[in-house]
Amino acid sequence: MSLQKILVPIAAMIVFGLLWELLVWANGWPNYVMASPSDLPPAYAKYWNLFLVMGWQTLWRTVVGLVVAIIFGVLVGMVMGFSRVMRDALYPLLVGFNAVPKATVVPIVALLFVGAHDFNTVLIAFMISFFPIAVSVSIGLSTLEPEYRDILRSLGASQTTIFWKIALPKTLPEFFGALKVAVTLAFIGTNLMEIVSPHGRGLGALFDSGKTNSDYPLMFAVLIALALMGILLYYVVVALEKVFAGWAERTPG
Amino acid sequence: MSQPLIEIKGVRHAYKTQAGPLPVLDGLELSVPEGGFVAVVGPSGCGKSTLTRLVAGLMKPDEGEVWLHGERVKGPRSTVGMAFQNPVLLEWRTILQNVMLPLEIVSTKMNKREQEDRARHLLALVGLEGFEDKRPSELSGGMRQRASLCRAIVHKPEVLILDEPFGALDAFTREDLWQTMHKVKAEEPFTGVLITHDLRESIFLADQVVVLSGRPARTQYVMDVHLTGDRDIEHLYTPESAEALNVLRHQIQIAQGRSPAEAVQ
Ligand SMILES: Nc1ncnc2c1ncn2[C@@H]1O[C@H](COP(=O)(O)OP(=O)(O)OP(=O)(O)O)[C@@H](O)[C@H]1O
Ligand SMILES: [Mg+2]
Repeated sequence: MSLQKILVPIAAMIVFGLLWELLVWANGWPNYVMASPSDLPPAYAKYWNLFLVMGWQTLWRTVVGLVVAIIFGVLVGMVMGFSRVMRDALYPLLVGFNAVPKATVVPIVALLFVGAHDFNTVLIAFMISFFPIAVSVSIGLSTLEPEYRDILRSLGASQTTIFWKIALPKTLPEFFGALKVAVTLAFIGTNLMEIVSPHGRGLGALFDSGKTNSDYPLMFAVLIALALMGILLYYVVVALEKVFAGWAERTPG
Repeated sequence: MSQPLIEIKGVRHAYKTQAGPLPVLDGLELSVPEGGFVAVVGPSGCGKSTLTRLVAGLMKPDEGEVWLHGERVKGPRSTVGMAFQNPVLLEWRTILQNVMLPLEIVSTKMNKREQEDRARHLLALVGLEGFEDKRPSELSGGMRQRASLCRAIVHKPEVLILDEPFGALDAFTREDLWQTMHKVKAEEPFTGVLITHDLRESIFLADQVVVLSGRPARTQYVMDVHLTGDRDIEHLYTPESAEALNVLRHQIQIAQGRSPAEAVQ
């Protein structure tokens, strides 16, 4: 990676921070309207241990939810990709499921499994993020051109061989595209649950406590921490994509 | 004469569509001797690709028989090699790895080293030396088609099936590839069926041209080609070739259901 690739985004972030500071200063907003970047370091210094503990809770639950979503999404995608009947049967169900706003599901789940906080959070992260994965895998598999299948099938290759050698690798670029969306969604899911459940854990609960105590710099500090974590997870996916589907990238120009 | 390597007898086939059965082949006869190279021409959509899928064992005809080397074709067999208009190279593999793909499916007596040597040798034969480690996207259309051809013959198939392999190429590249085909055939003898839309290509490459009628296709006309020896593009411009092309054009017009007279004007 060239130096430019690191410096340019960092410069962009600094510019963003300065503009934010300037905006707050120019309008003379007090903290309870909008905190400014200069309020953040004191907030982090005061609560750093909470940030570490809560941040870790948010992170692992998001990742577990995402992993379950990947396993389940890929399986459902495979079933729908290989069987027309299953695709016709499952598609409307999935779409309907996905269309239900998750904010309405959160309280239901919270009531359904009272106290099982980790489980609930992982469940919501999973539910909100598996849809794009299932759809991308099923579309990738069902749109495989017949000739690709035929070059192996004409040699007597089994369906499993065709899946591993052609269908799966050919679907990887779409899969990673969907995974980038899913990462962000899983994150939203985790936080929804953390904010809504009473006595919650994770950064969402920290945000909630900032709200109850009118600690506005803390609330903004949580937002920034969430953003940073989101960026981290996203780039982990980008790195994995480079390793497993780097071939799909075309050099521009 | 010995028994033909490929034999198709009285094949009928219809696809099931929403609008009812669509008859595609009806009374198709085809016979290719060992080492023979037959070109199949016919109106668009008449059932040529269907014919190749039958020979490859990718589907079964409703009626009639397909024989390969004295055995009734019941399913896919590793003694067949295929290339299509779309080169279908796998983008995540290098050209060399693409060519070696069939060797991962078909068991051969070659060890890894020999397999790679063979793939490299074929690539050199078609003029792709130095491109072994490139990705398909880094190659031109003609080069990809050359690689696809190598993949089709790497496992030494008895039968090579080519479904309009040069159809998407420009005229100059196509003529280059015709020459390459002759070179390959001289070094790696095969029995082949070539589907094509190009009559010049059919007489330049094949030793027999079969004209299919419009859908449902049956064998309408068979012509033996006598452009022997080492073929040169010049051979396409002799009076004999002009005559042969005329006859074939005439047959295609009949197959399309037009009377030759109205097509001429
Ligand atoms: N799987 C299928 N289901 C239904 N109809 C099909 C199917 N495959 C092909 N057909 C129809 O059968 C007919 C013959 O198809 P085929 O691909 O064999 O023709 P072709 O001679 O190869 O055409 P072209 O010259 O355009 O390549 C066409 O009308 C096509 O629409
Ligand atoms: Mg065709």
